[in-house]
Formats: sequence, C-alpha cells, structure tokens
Amino acid sequence: MSPSRREFLRTTSAAAAAGLALGITGRADAAELSSRLIAPSPGDAVLNDLLLRALDAAKSAGAQYADARISLNRTQNIFTRENRVAGLSDNETFGIGVRVLVEGAWGFVATSNLEPDSVARVARQAVAQAKANRAPGQRPVVLAPAPGNQRGTWRSEAKVDPFTIPIEDKVQLLLSVNAIALKNPQARFVNSSMFFLKDEKSYANTEGTLVSQTIIRSQPSVTVTAVSKDFTDFQSRQSNDIAPMGRGYEHVTENKLEENVVRWADEAVQKLSAKPVEVGRYDLVLHPNHLWLTIHESIAHPTELDRAMGYEANYAGTSFVFPPDKVLGSLKFGSPLLNVRGDRSQPGSLAACGWDDDGVQPDEFDVIKDGIFVDYQTTREQALWLDSYYKKAGKPTRSHGCSYAQSWSDVQFQRMPNISLLPGDKDLGWNDLISATDRGIAIIGDGSFSIDQQRFNAQFGGQLFYEIRGGKIVGMLKDVAYQIRTPDFWANLDMLGGPKSYELGGAFNDGKGQPSQSNAVSHGCVPTRHRQINVINTGRQA
Amino acid sequence: MSRASQDQPRVMSRAEAEALAKRVLAFATATETRVSIVNGVRGNTRFAVNQVSTAGDNADTTIVVRSVVGKKVGSATTNRVDDAGLKAVVESSERLAKLSPDDVELMPELGPQQYREGLGWSDRTAALDPAGRAAGVRLITDQAKSAGLVSTGYLETRATAQAIANSKGLFAYTRDTSVALTTTVRNEEGTGSGWAGSTSSDWGEIEPAALGARAVDKARRSTPASAIEPGRYTVILEPTAVGNLVQLILGATSARNADEGRSFFTKQGGGNKIGSKVIDERVSLVSDPFDRQTPGSPFTGDGLPTDRVVWIENGVVRNLNYDRYWAEKQGKQPTGVSGGGFGFSGVLKMSGGNETLESMIAGCQRGLLVTRFWYIRPVDPRTILYTGLTRDGTFLIENGKITRAVRNLRFNESPIFMLNNIEAMGAPVRVSSSESGSPGSSVVVPPLRVRDFNFTSLSEAV
Repeated sequence: MSPSRREFLRTTSAAAAAGLALGITGRADAAELSSRLIAPSPGDAVLNDLLLRALDAAKSAGAQYADARISLNRTQNIFTRENRVAGLSDNETFGIGVRVLVEGAWGFVATSNLEPDSVARVARQAVAQAKANRAPGQRPVVLAPAPGNQRGTWRSEAKVDPFTIPIEDKVQLLLSVNAIALKNPQARFVNSSMFFLKDEKSYANTEGTLVSQTIIRSQPSVTVTAVSKDFTDFQSRQSNDIAPMGRGYEHVTENKLEENVVRWADEAVQKLSAKPVEVGRYDLVLHPNHLWLTIHESIAHPTELDRAMGYEANYAGTSFVFPPDKVLGSLKFGSPLLNVRGDRSQPGSLAACGWDDDGVQPDEFDVIKDGIFVDYQTTREQALWLDSYYKKAGKPTRSHGCSYAQSWSDVQFQRMPNISLLPGDKDLGWNDLISATDRGIAIIGDGSFSIDQQRFNAQFGGQLFYEIRGGKIVGMLKDVAYQIRTPDFWANLDMLGGPKSYELGGAFNDGKGQPSQSNAVSHGCVPTRHRQINVINTGRQA
Repeated sequence: MSRASQDQPRVMSRAEAEALAKRVLAFATATETRVSIVNGVRGNTRFAVNQVSTAGDNADTTIVVRSVVGKKVGSATTNRVDDAGLKAVVESSERLAKLSPDDVELMPELGPQQYREGLGWSDRTAALDPAGRAAGVRLITDQAKSAGLVSTGYLETRATAQAIANSKGLFAYTRDTSVALTTTVRNEEGTGSGWAGSTSSDWGEIEPAALGARAVDKARRSTPASAIEPGRYTVILEPTAVGNLVQLILGATSARNADEGRSFFTKQGGGNKIGSKVIDERVSLVSDPFDRQTPGSPFTGDGLPTDRVVWIENGVVRNLNYDRYWAEKQGKQPTGVSGGGFGFSGVLKMSGGNETLESMIAGCQRGLLVTRFWYIRPVDPRTILYTGLTRDGTFLIENGKITRAVRNLRFNESPIFMLNNIEAMGAPVRVSSSESGSPGSSVVVPPLRVRDFNFTSLSEAV
C-alpha cells in the first residue's frame, strides 16, 4: 500500500469513527444489551454500538481498514409429502463478522457471542490473523475508492412479510395442493414446500459508512412423481416455472399453486409415455424459465473477475473470458442480438440490495454489448485491476457492488449480481419462435446442469421437452439433454423475444468459494432460438 | 500452544453440552422434546496466485429443538445460548407443533441408549491456528513459485461437538475434528493444471509439501494437451475420481424410495433389489463409523446408535437405508447410519485389490488416466446416471505407458455401470471426495481400471 493511500485510510477512519459515534446515544451496558438483542431491528443503536466497538478494536490493534457486519437471519421451512407435514421449522442465526486489512493482507473472524468483550476480541483476532496471513514481498490488497459516509436503510420490495402469515395457512395450502395432485390416479407421489428468508443486516466500515438492510426471499415449490404400472419407469415434474424471488408471501398467493398443480401432475404422467429423443442436431427454442440457468452458467459465471484472475481455480474454476486486457471490449461472446446487463436493482430480484458487503451502492452495467464482452463483475478489491481499461474506455474505475457473504460467519467476496439477457427490438413471444421453427425442440423448465471449470462445455436437461415440426408442437419427448460450447451456442442465437416476454428466473443456492457459500441471484431473460445444437439421449437401461 | 491460541475458542465438553441440553429441556412443556446441539470452531485459509488471499475463523453453537405435542411436530433452531434465547426457541418449536396437523408417521422418542466412543478426534487438528495454517499453505505456494507456476488452494479445519438429549432421558455426545487441504497448480499461460488433495481427522496425517509436489508435477506434465475423440474408453481412475462417483450410490440407498418405485434399487414388478446382484462380485461397499479409516458419528440424528452397515457384499445388495418409520412399517430393523435418506453423506469404504496405479497403467493397452471429476450432477435417477467432467490432470495411456496429456472430457455414466466393468483394483485409501474441498465424510476407495467408460464430448477447459 502506498503511503498516501495509508494516510487516506487513517484520516478517513478517524473522521468516520467520530461521525459514527455522534449517531449513538451512549454505550449500552451488558444487561441492556442482552435484553435488546432479543429482538433487534436493523439500525438499532445497540447494533450500531457493537459495530463501532469492533471497528475501534480493529483500528487499535493496527488495522488500516475494517468493516463489520451483524446479521439476524431468519428462515422458515415447511416440507410436506402427500397428506403429511414432513418438516416444519423456524430457524435463526445471529452473529458478527469482522474483516480487517493490515498492510494489504485480509483477516476475518466471526462469532455468535455478541457480548461487547467478545466483539472486541474477534476484531483483535482478525488483526492477528491478517498479520499471520501476510508474507514478505506479497502483492497488497488495495481497495478502489468508494463513497464513504453512506447512511440509510434498504428493504426488499415485499408486500407481505412471510413471517407474519400464520403457519396453519401455509400448511393448509400445501396439503391442499398435494391432495389435488393425487386426484390424478397415475400421480403417485407429491412433495411440496415453502421456504422463506428474512435477513436483517447492519454494516459499518472505517470510512464512515453505516447502513442497515432487510432482505426478504420466498420460494414455493412442488414436485409430482408418476410411476409406471410395471415399476420400470418413473418421471417427475418440478414446479420450477415458479422462480424463487426477492418478494414476500404475495409471491406464493399470486402463483396459484392449487390451479397449477393439476397441470404439473398431468405433465409428470405424460412424461411416462413421451417419445425418447433421437440424438442429433436440432434448433432449440428455450423458455425463459429454462434459459435463466444456461445464462447463469455460461455467461454470469465466466464474467466474474476473480475467476478470470485465477482466484477460484481450486474449486469453482477459472474462465475462458481471459486475460482481461485481451478480451475486454473485443471478445466476440455471441450473436449481435446478445446484450447482457448486471444489476442489483430489479424489483423482486434475488440479488437486489441497497449496498453490497463492501458498503458500495451497486450500479447497472453492461457485460455484453451487441455480442461483444465489455465488463466483468467486480468488488472494491478488484476494480483497480481494470483501471487502465476503464481509463481507456472513458469509464469510472469503481466497484460494481458485487461483494457478498452468505452469513455473518463467512467472509465476503465477489458474487454475481443479477445478470440478465435484454429483450430484442421486435415484439416476439414464445409462440412466435415456435411458429418460425421447422424442426426443433422446445424446452420448458430447468433440469440437470453441468459445465466445465472454464465455462466452455456445458450440458443441460429440462422439465418438459416438445418436438417442433413445421412450426407446430407435435408431441412430448423425454431423455433430452443438449451439449454446448459456450461461444458457439450464443453465436447460434438467431431469434429472441421482445420486452413483453421478459421473465425473471433464479437460483436460491448458487455455490462458489471455499468454504462454499450460497448466493441468491436472479436472471431476467426472454425466449430464444439457437440453431443446430447437439442433443443427446440420456436414457439407459440398468 | 502459543499464547495467541489461548484466545481461540474450544468445543464444548460432554458436561457442558449436557448442562446446556438440560437448560433447554427445562423450558419444555410438550409431550416429547428433543434438543440437538452442534458446537463448532472452524478455520480456513485460502490461497491464490501463490499467496494467502483470505482466511476465516468462526465459532458458533446451533441448537435445534423438536417438540411433539400430542401427535403434532414442530421444530426451531437458534444460536443464542442465553436463557432468553433458549426459552424463545422452545416456545417457537412448541407453537409450530400446536399449529401443525397430526403426523401420521410419528415415531416416539427413543429412551436412553448405549453408544460407542467416536474415533474422529485429533488434538493436533483442534490446535491448528491461523499462523499454523498459513505456514502449511506456504509449503505449497513456495514450491509453485520456485517452479514458475501458480498455486491456488484451500485449507479448512473443523472441531465439532455434537449432542442429542430428549425428554425420555436419552443423552448422546461426541466430538470430532476434520481437516482438508487441496491445491490446484496451473502454469501462467493457463494451458496446464494439476491437482492434489488430502483429508483426515488428523492434521498430522496431511503432508502439505508432498501435496504441493504432486500438483506441481501434474501441472508440468499436463501440457501440451491434445484433443482426442469422445467415446468409450478404458479408464484408470485415481482414488479421488473413484470416490467422486462411488459415493453417489449411497445417496440412492433409501429403502422407502426403492419400495415406492422411484429408485435404481426398485425391482421390476415392485419391491426392492435386496438380495440381487447389481455390480461386480469383487466389490463390497460398507459404512463403518468405528473403522479407524472411516471415522463417523456414533449416533444418528434421532439418537439411534450407529453400527457397521454392509450395503453391497460381493456385488449383492445386502441392505438399504430404513428410517425408523419405514422399518417398522416393513417389519425391518432401522438402519443405524448417520444422515440417512435423501442427501445421505455417510462414511464409505470400498473393497480393493492387489494392483497399484503403476501396474494398472503397465497393463493397459490404450486408455485414459483421470485425476478427478468435477461438476458432477444427476441426469437420470433410474440408473444413478450422472454427468460431469475430468479436470486437472488427464493423460493418454498407450502400450502400458503415459504418453501425453489430453484435453478434458465430459462423461455421462453411472457408478453402477462402472462397477460392472472393472478390470483391476488397487488398495483403498482415504480421499478428498467433496468437490468443494471442504472436509466431507470419510470415503476410502481404491484406484480402478474400468473398461467402456462413456465420454460424450470434449472440453477445451484447462
């Protein structure tokens, strides 16, 4: 770290601490702390006090920069099968994580013990750990400038807090859905579930930022399984046309599970007698509730800057979008129809937030413009790595706000924002793409997925596969998977839907990092058509 | 231990866990109550581009309360261990139970049980602090730097105490440790990559310098890699690659799924495949938490003592996984394996043979040597068919010798088909079988030579 940079951190930290202290009405004593921690709300002075204690202790122990996160994370799970509640639980986890920079090396320690002494102790341990991590001659971590003194609160756009809905109502709905599914005589089994999350996070750093956020996410889910009479086949239909969302209980009610389950049960049964696919090359028409996962794997992951720079080589992998100075602004990622944007602001999306876990307000940014790769996903640690490109391109050198940790106990690192495929100019929809296709396969819902560690070679299944002949759907297929080479697949994109066909899909548990952390992310997209994609048959006899 | 490590948290003793459990049960008013405690200390150090990138240490105690009110069941989890937090979690669990419909599959809580001692604790692992982890990591990064290569990797330690207590007087306690160290070494151009990894309960059994040397050697030999045609190949799978695939069989051992007609272990016409031969007669698959090579928990999640379970003996299915409800319904004994049902991740040992990796290579006319597999995902549960790719060290064998590095390949294959096509087996060893590099369950498997392994496409990924 350069002396001027170190000086900057020292002065801003001191100013920040003074500013933060003004917002707090005296230090809580231990008894008061204990009682107020039972039901803290984001922005509560007692939480701010603990955050400040952590930052003070870190600075006193020698940190040039520190940030602290307290999170009260509540989840509720309800699992049912047929006429039975198989699991019903309310869960909460509460704790603090303190991250420090000491002469360019990171340290991070977390605890669920929120006594003031414990919080100060983990801050000191983080500094000691950073000193142990530092080695002579190593490249220092340098944070890109970001506005300090951020203050405020942010809340997911949830109309109905799912934790306010009585559990009986939720159980009754799921058991009713199951009973309706089982009216179909060949639908033998049905599992249904609801999952809700409310994460109340408070964050402070030594640059004067102090923000709190309430993040709400909801996912209803149903799986119907049909078994053939002779026990030689079974097929399932998952309701993944209903994506997990950063919304409240309205996401459950608006999706009309009791109506839709009749169709899901019918489709599970139809899959038993579907025609096994003939291997070969087909034009694929992909529904947004399928395509989001292909975008996630083949576009969103390879445009993470830490992967491209080799930081995730031991698990998640690296990237074919490499090296940055050779590909930024020039790599042809796909057809000129391909426009992809990153954001953490789409209403109801899973990655939406007010500030990331670096305390940065995320921006919207182009990742692929007219088929050309133009930017990576970044954090404060990473943005300076692209400084010369940004200067040349006339863009500001700033973090895109992609720092995220799954919980108080995990260190934050680069995670993907919502990465979305923008609609085309023409007002086309799903049926228009099918009508325009002579010989192809239409795929609905996501299924099996696997991709290599540089994101070249991928294989995807789905929920439902329909044979297209002469612009019409002529029957259902099964045992379908397609294999792609990423740049070829996106180069073969020749039709896409318009703004009216745009939908958000998403994943609740995207894994990355060591230890593996879950990230929740949405991908908006429209239906697409891809010419001449390789399809295999996955059915084998045991 | 150094002065700094006195500040380090330690895991709960039996007496502390029992005292905490009693405090929870004292708040209970339900017909039956079970409390499960997981108290743990975790540490990790990541390294990238030949230096430590991030690290993390955390300590936490999770308390799960399960309440039965009449025939209604609810559950709640917290990590707050003060009286207010414990009272709140019991009330929350009981409230959920009261609002739930009767559970038609309810099994009564077990009374007091006898448990054996778990074998998975190591003081050396529990005492490893951030400075010790960083020093271990440098034994790898320094080698890679000297070789002009780029190392990335991960070291994780866990020390965990687990306890279960219920309102019928059952109390179970165990503690264990685990450690995993994995590294991927690449060249600067990104055209070559080699992996090595190891896991154990005992940090003393991990050899960072030897792992670094293996990964450096593989990275050097992995370039230039040439393309070959996908298709059916004879493969020699290193033990890690065998572990990646064979453990998937345990995930399909639910007796209920088999009896319900939705499993590979479903018999045509109905019933399950217990007694049927499904794989090569040289292969047995056993879960034994009291085998020193595969230490595991002495009790299941509901407090049942665990025991040695033989899944497949000489190719024949001997046991499937019966939970307490399904066992009673079918007139069977419940299977004492930790983590039963979906997502089963118990300990596993596979039988082996007398060959070595070297003799298997020498006896191979034409085939591929595979270091490990990655992004392994289910494709068809009817045959336990999975897809995934080779990674970080894939080589062509011709006339008994490794002749060159080859590009990676995607497979669509089932461990069942694979274990029917065995040509040769080596000695079983403990492997780091989780894709994420975290310490998983103990998995002990041999290297294998297998014919007709199904590769369906080529990958350019390095």
